[in-house]
Amino acid sequence: MFTKFAAALTLGLALCAPLHASEGGAALQSANVSLNDTAALQRGAKLYFNYCAGCHSLRYVRYSRIAEDLQIDPKDVEANLIFTGAKIGDLAINNLSAEDGTKWFGKAPPDLSLEGRSKGADWIYSYLKSFYLDPTRPLGWNNTVFENASMPNVLWELQGVQSAVRKGGAADGPIERLDLTTPGRQSAEEFDRSVRDITAFLQYVGEPAALKRESMGVWVLLYLAVFTLLAYLLKREFWKDVH
Amino acid sequence: MGTTMVRLHPKNRVLAWVEDRLPILSFLSSHTSGYYAPKNFNLWYYFGSLAMLVLVNQILTGIFLTMFYKPSALEVAPGISAAFASVEYIMRDVEWGWLIRYMHSTGASLFFVVVYLHMFRGLMYGSFKKPRELVWILGMLIFLALMAEAFMGYVLPWGNMSFWGAKVIISLFGTVPWIGESLVEWIMGDYLPADATLNRFFALHVIALPLVLLLLVVLHLGALHEVGSNNPDGVEIKQKKKEDGTPLDGIAFHPYYTVKDIFGVGVFLFIAAFIIFYAPTFGGWFLEHDNFIPANNLATPTHIKPVWYFTPFYAILRMIPSFFGSAIWGVIAMFGSIVLLFLMPWIDAGPVKSIRYRGLGYKVALGLFAVSFVMLGAVGAGVSAEMIPKWFGAEADATFIENLFGRFWTAVYFGFFVFLWFYSRGRERTKPVPERVTMHD
Repeated sequence: MFTKFAAALTLGLALCAPLHASEGGAALQSANVSLNDTAALQRGAKLYFNYCAGCHSLRYVRYSRIAEDLQIDPKDVEANLIFTGAKIGDLAINNLSAEDGTKWFGKAPPDLSLEGRSKGADWIYSYLKSFYLDPTRPLGWNNTVFENASMPNVLWELQGVQSAVRKGGAADGPIERLDLTTPGRQSAEEFDRSVRDITAFLQYVGEPAALKRESMGVWVLLYLAVFTLLAYLLKREFWKDVH
Repeated sequence: MGTTMVRLHPKNRVLAWVEDRLPILSFLSSHTSGYYAPKNFNLWYYFGSLAMLVLVNQILTGIFLTMFYKPSALEVAPGISAAFASVEYIMRDVEWGWLIRYMHSTGASLFFVVVYLHMFRGLMYGSFKKPRELVWILGMLIFLALMAEAFMGYVLPWGNMSFWGAKVIISLFGTVPWIGESLVEWIMGDYLPADATLNRFFALHVIALPLVLLLLVVLHLGALHEVGSNNPDGVEIKQKKKEDGTPLDGIAFHPYYTVKDIFGVGVFLFIAAFIIFYAPTFGGWFLEHDNFIPANNLATPTHIKPVWYFTPFYAILRMIPSFFGSAIWGVIAMFGSIVLLFLMPWIDAGPVKSIRYRGLGYKVALGLFAVSFVMLGAVGAGVSAEMIPKWFGAEADATFIENLFGRFWTAVYFGFFVFLWFYSRGRERTKPVPERVTMHD
């Protein structure tokens, strides 16, 4: 009875696809990031603080924590990642007020501390790659993953400029694909890597504890395996006289 | 009495002095080494002690969380409440805060896993039947208190799903005729879930309901030790006794079941630790993605849904349509689905306890009941809403198919109790129950 039930339960859990919100928008591409790739996280941090941090704060993250977790010398963090005059122990909050953000973009740029947790890595990766020119939008940019996003393509100088190719050529038809019409400083492969690095960094920032828990978990599980084995032997010894 | 009272006389003079005035060691020993449990417990009998373990875990980790958590919906930055920020502070800046919080959040989900398995065990082996009706009723009250506890705990991080979940669940009380609207405002202390709501939920979550839970657990165990444990054969072990008056098929809870339960604890902790260290959100099932967004009363999540353990009941609520100008019927059905479980000892009149010796009808009905619970859970969690367009095409009328599916399983859920009422009073063909318990493993 139990074995059958356990089998059914395992099967049931296996069928439960992870619940990630994929409301509308184009299909997501797999970001395929790894938190173990420290070099990628370092590159991602550099890109983030150069291209994103002006508008998006990371209000739960301290610069010192980034230095420690990403194995960057605090002096290098101060020289290369801090542009606000903040101290190394400060939170990564920028100087853009919510009022100005709303005035300039229509919607204040959100804090990105938890973007990796609420939206997920695939969403961030796909979103950053899916900007295209759209003269009907206030800032001239639109996005296939997040339609009518308020954000312009801040990575355009790296990526170049994409234009939408629509089905049947109609001006408001459904978008078939995005074509790179003006090349940027990076090739397609280089740009993919840059976006992947930013995504990995945001994934890390969403849960810095992930680095620690994944390396620690093995030891906890090993300990519990030994404990359980000993407990089983103890049980067997005691139960010898139960018939 | 299910326990044998042994009056202890400790050698140690201090202990003896205490024992003569307050026989606490005698009490503890009579409820452990003096409590005789059937020797044929199987895997299903681990979940009671595991539920106790999780309860202790929730209390201990909860105490540490309250040291840093701030029950305040007031903003510390535009759009971010003190409560939400304090949870992130625990996750990032508090030493081991992430571990304590994951132990608490994973513990909440695993609490329901073990409690649901514990309840199903009771249904399988007839543990709710005479003379254990009160054990069952007290257990159901624990389940009810646990649901309230979990719901309020879920609101505390003040994420967007906390807010909208609270809004939807509290608004259920708005369907009560005449006083509904005032009742909702009274519960929230505001016109929306707000700071007042968060503060009172905090009070209820960290002190009021835990006290109720602990009291109910004591009563649940007290009632159990009075009538004695059931077993997979549904045989009353007290009917065959040894010369010393202890049951022939009984063994002392301590040491036999304490060492056995320690092994169970090891297996359980291994699974729990795997989740805590490698899948703390469990793919969005234990910690929902939308709850990493701060509460925002202007941005409704695409799918408002409770955490998985409430989804079967939530599905029943959604599947019952409004009529006669009121939406109360779904609310009645949802609460009714739990009330019927309370009434099991009187709905099921069958003389045989264990599923091993009951008629085929009971086996099939209980199996379908379990399936309906899982299927309704899938509907409530939005799995069916996601799968229908994939299976039936984007053009299919998803609401119609989902309602058909959900209502079918709602009918199966309630049908179980109706069927059981007649079946147990009609021609259930049971097998002969053995005189003594049987050993399989």
